[in-house]
Amino acid sequence: MSNNLIYSINGPVVTVKNSTDFHMLEMVYVGNNRLLGEVIAITKSETVIQVYESTTGLRPNEPVFTTGEPVSILLGPGMMSNIFDGIERPLQKIADENGIFVPIGGNIKILDDEKLWDVTVLAKLGQKVQYGDIVASTQETSLIEHRIMIPKGIQGEVVEVVKNGKYTIKDVLLKVKDTHGEIHSITMVQRWPIKTERPVNKRLTLNEPLISGQRIIDSMFPIAKGGAAAVPGGFGTGKTMLQHQFAKWCDADIIIYIGCGERGNEMTQVLEEFTELIDPKSRRPLTDRTILIANTSNMPVAAREASIYTGVTMAEYYRDMGYHVAIMADSTSRWAEALREISGRLEEMPAEEGFPAYLPSRISQFYERAGYVETVNGKRGSITIIGAVSPQGADFSEPVTQNTKRFVRCFWALDKQLAYVRHYAAINWNISYSEYIPELTDWFNKNIDVQFLPYRQKIIALLAEENKLMEIVKLIGSDILPDDQKLVIEIGKVIRNGFLQQNAFHKDDTFVPLNKQFKMMQVILHLYQASKDYLVQGKSLSLVLKTEIFEKVIRMKYDINNEDIDKFDDYISLIDHTIRKIK
Amino acid sequence: MNLQYMGLKEVNGSLIFLDGVKDVSFEEIVEIILDDGTLRRGRVVQIQGERVVVQVFEGSNNISLTNTKTRFLGHPMKLPLSKEILGRIFDGSGLPIDGLGDVYVDESLDINGLPLNPVSRVYPRNYINTGVSSIDALVTLIRGQKLPIFTGSGLPHNELAVQIVKHAKIAESEAKDFCIVFAAMGVKNEVADYFIHSFEEADVKEKVVMYVNLSNDPIIERLLTPRCALTAAEYLAYKHGMHVLVIMTDITSYCEALREFSSSKGEIPGRKGYPGYLYSDLASIFERAGIVKNTKGSVTQIPILSMPNDDITHPVPDLTGYITEGQIVLDRELHQKGIFPPVGVLPSLSRLMKDGIGDGYTRKDHSAVANQLFVAYSKVRDARNLASVIGEDELSPIDHSYIDFGNLFEKHFLNQGPNVNRSIIETLDLGWRLLSTLPMTELDRMDSELLKEHYDYQDAITYFKVIVKSTVKALASTRAVKND
Ligand SMILES: Nc1ncnc2c1ncn2[C@@H]1O[C@H](COP(=O)(O)OP(=O)(O)O)[C@@H](O)[C@H]1O
Ligand SMILES: [Mg+2]
Repeated sequence: MSNNLIYSINGPVVTVKNSTDFHMLEMVYVGNNRLLGEVIAITKSETVIQVYESTTGLRPNEPVFTTGEPVSILLGPGMMSNIFDGIERPLQKIADENGIFVPIGGNIKILDDEKLWDVTVLAKLGQKVQYGDIVASTQETSLIEHRIMIPKGIQGEVVEVVKNGKYTIKDVLLKVKDTHGEIHSITMVQRWPIKTERPVNKRLTLNEPLISGQRIIDSMFPIAKGGAAAVPGGFGTGKTMLQHQFAKWCDADIIIYIGCGERGNEMTQVLEEFTELIDPKSRRPLTDRTILIANTSNMPVAAREASIYTGVTMAEYYRDMGYHVAIMADSTSRWAEALREISGRLEEMPAEEGFPAYLPSRISQFYERAGYVETVNGKRGSITIIGAVSPQGADFSEPVTQNTKRFVRCFWALDKQLAYVRHYAAINWNISYSEYIPELTDWFNKNIDVQFLPYRQKIIALLAEENKLMEIVKLIGSDILPDDQKLVIEIGKVIRNGFLQQNAFHKDDTFVPLNKQFKMMQVILHLYQASKDYLVQGKSLSLVLKTEIFEKVIRMKYDINNEDIDKFDDYISLIDHTIRKIK
Repeated sequence: MNLQYMGLKEVNGSLIFLDGVKDVSFEEIVEIILDDGTLRRGRVVQIQGERVVVQVFEGSNNISLTNTKTRFLGHPMKLPLSKEILGRIFDGSGLPIDGLGDVYVDESLDINGLPLNPVSRVYPRNYINTGVSSIDALVTLIRGQKLPIFTGSGLPHNELAVQIVKHAKIAESEAKDFCIVFAAMGVKNEVADYFIHSFEEADVKEKVVMYVNLSNDPIIERLLTPRCALTAAEYLAYKHGMHVLVIMTDITSYCEALREFSSSKGEIPGRKGYPGYLYSDLASIFERAGIVKNTKGSVTQIPILSMPNDDITHPVPDLTGYITEGQIVLDRELHQKGIFPPVGVLPSLSRLMKDGIGDGYTRKDHSAVANQLFVAYSKVRDARNLASVIGEDELSPIDHSYIDFGNLFEKHFLNQGPNVNRSIIETLDLGWRLLSTLPMTELDRMDSELLKEHYDYQDAITYFKVIVKSTVKALASTRAVKND
């Protein structure tokens, strides 16, 4: 029995009087129902605990139990394809045992401890091992080989190993004797505190793109593997859709999708869709490479705060096995608001808009956990973070957007006006940016074409020019512009409607390989050049427009399949032919 | 163990403070008996040792430090439920006010509910035909969706809600499983009367449960009203397999009540004085819509929300839009033009429609027609803006055809009137006809196949009896090239 008793209860915040038993950030169990909580402040007279579950029905004088460890999660085979809440409770299992609603408290097993895994033991008797060394492996899903690593704090000589065969996560696979002669048993699972970064050997430069198949991302504002991006946008602008597109199509090995304070139905949709969707590369269902963390908006707020750390800790664990992991966090604003809510209950001095003064440091700590690294066991792996931001009133000057902007190098700004006219992805090309281009230049030159980045540059320049001209058109109409400027407006339309706009519901357009993106840019720029040459001869643009070649180029995204890349060359000849034929 | 305490330590706003209270649980329900015998109810909102803060639903009028006895009931607020609630009227905290006595209790449920497990949800895909073109085509309502109406004072949101109810009833193939839960929060008596009357007229009165907290009813009670309504809705949907349409009006009044409660607790206010947890609080209401596995029923929500000053960036519509699955935005300008329903096309959105329309649901071309109408109508806006600067005469032929399209679209498509019911096929055909008044080259969201199947310029201009010179000109010029 514990002699630490609840003194006060205020929403998710509970205090205990006059105790010296607690440590900062320690995980505790609160009340007879053993609700999970975390110590967030300690003074001589009072210990403050945030509770990760609903405190309805909790009473003063119920016990609080210490655990001696910070809030941690269990890592091991069985996580992949699974869905957890923000504190790693398996939601499918909860549904099987409790029906349609998520109950409070209870003691549920996180990972299946009866399932037998086919284990290959790699460590040899007498081998010296230390933290992070891969000592065994098992095929977790058809796509992911789970590599079992020596947990933190264990170093020594392997003195016992089991044979290859079927084991559960409870079974001991090997024993390690340390220099003090102490024997440590290694199983397939280990625990890790979610707010502590897992160490790496060294950070590497980011020189490979994470390819999403979304043209405005890959060709205009690409993100590197190991990079971080923010997707800010008002409601309905397409943050979640973009995150789903990444989760479906991006070329990471593993996806960790965190639904943080957002809709339940969106998680259901991922669950339903991903079981049916087949990964184009591996021909396996997408669930085989995905972990879902669902702490929806109606679930307890403190667990929402934890969900982000739970997700990134899982990501680091798989990265350490040598995988490229991509995290989608939808939405980081809800996480920041959870911080604000708890901070408010603690009556801390608020900084901007009620957010605590430590908001920027928390945001930076989160994005810092992205990176391309050499792992402690010498492999290469990466974590890419894509965080949605939901600014109040779609106003990007608010604190979460501004502070996030400081710590990411890709900024994909979603625009309400574009969403209103159903131009999706509604990424505003005038204010979005990627700072990864210099590091990625070699990769594009080598793997796509040396013209790729110059084309991109030309397209961006044309869009900027179009933008300037449109300001004039709004005031006086387009009729009086000279033909060369009209051409910029027309080609701008082709770029916007034919290239940037991309329909996530179209079977081909939903994912477009980089070489097709390159060819599309090439055709569009060819159309521009050919028309320009035509105008130089003193002829009229309207004659070119009448041929409907511009419309044809706009529709090429639908008319040319992703496999028929050669057809683009026909378009080039068609453009030349059409313009030459004008009388 | 119903302990009773005499007197209070402090009264502040709707909160009362008691000392020396033992063994009470967080959020438990409290009864306060005044000297004159009146009974009020409240809820424990904070516990500090033996000091307890209670929020009194009916407010603290007439409460003094000495004239009360307080009893702690030992459980959170529960709502007594059975199928008998259909046809009944309750106050905002679930007590009957229609003079028909208590309901027989089949089950008492905690009004706060528990979060639905996302694993147990079924992603909603079946559309509800409302008969309203602008909604069915552009902001399709899906069974199990939460789709609010964003409106302003003086706009016909109640009429639209009633129209949806009438048609939704017809649309449910098993009409006997259809019912309505209506929650009034801080609205005027006339509004409640209007709904009661309309339900009678639509012959659905026996299928409606009402929870009514009017503008002169206790403000704090308003915080319970949507929770009572949704508890009833969940009960009917998941226990009795009914398709429940929940209408809640007005969300803004609800939020104001929450703001008042928060400030009386001395909490740090967020934007416009609303508490920082407004988002989570609203989510605990709106997320109680949906469909779950292994039951037949569904909960569809149509909350009505008036935007203060018609400002969609105000915290209440803003946070709502972040939680709900889209929004139907009413437009004052269209209303002033006499258009009913005045659905503002561009800012309106149904997030669930993408998976509930098209082949097998409505028609193959639905999504393309909707997108093209959105695009075309946005160009109408641009053309009108330009016309107001340079004058209509100076517009290019294309801009002219957009002006014409806009007028036709508003007159024929949007302005449907309260009594006309269009099938989705009629609606989509009308959409094509309107789009066909534009040159084919403008229809850039259509693939060539759909254009071949549906685009018919001659038919369109004959039908609308408008032969606009400029359109013909623009069109003719492109046609000419095609023909050679
Ligand atoms: N790439 C896209 N293609 C087609 N439709 C889209 C796309 N992105 C967004 N949408 C539309 O916009 C709606 C809102 O998008 P969503 O991602 O839910 O917005 P947010 O998360 O920013 O609130 C979707 O339901 C869908 O109809
Ligand atoms: Mg979203």
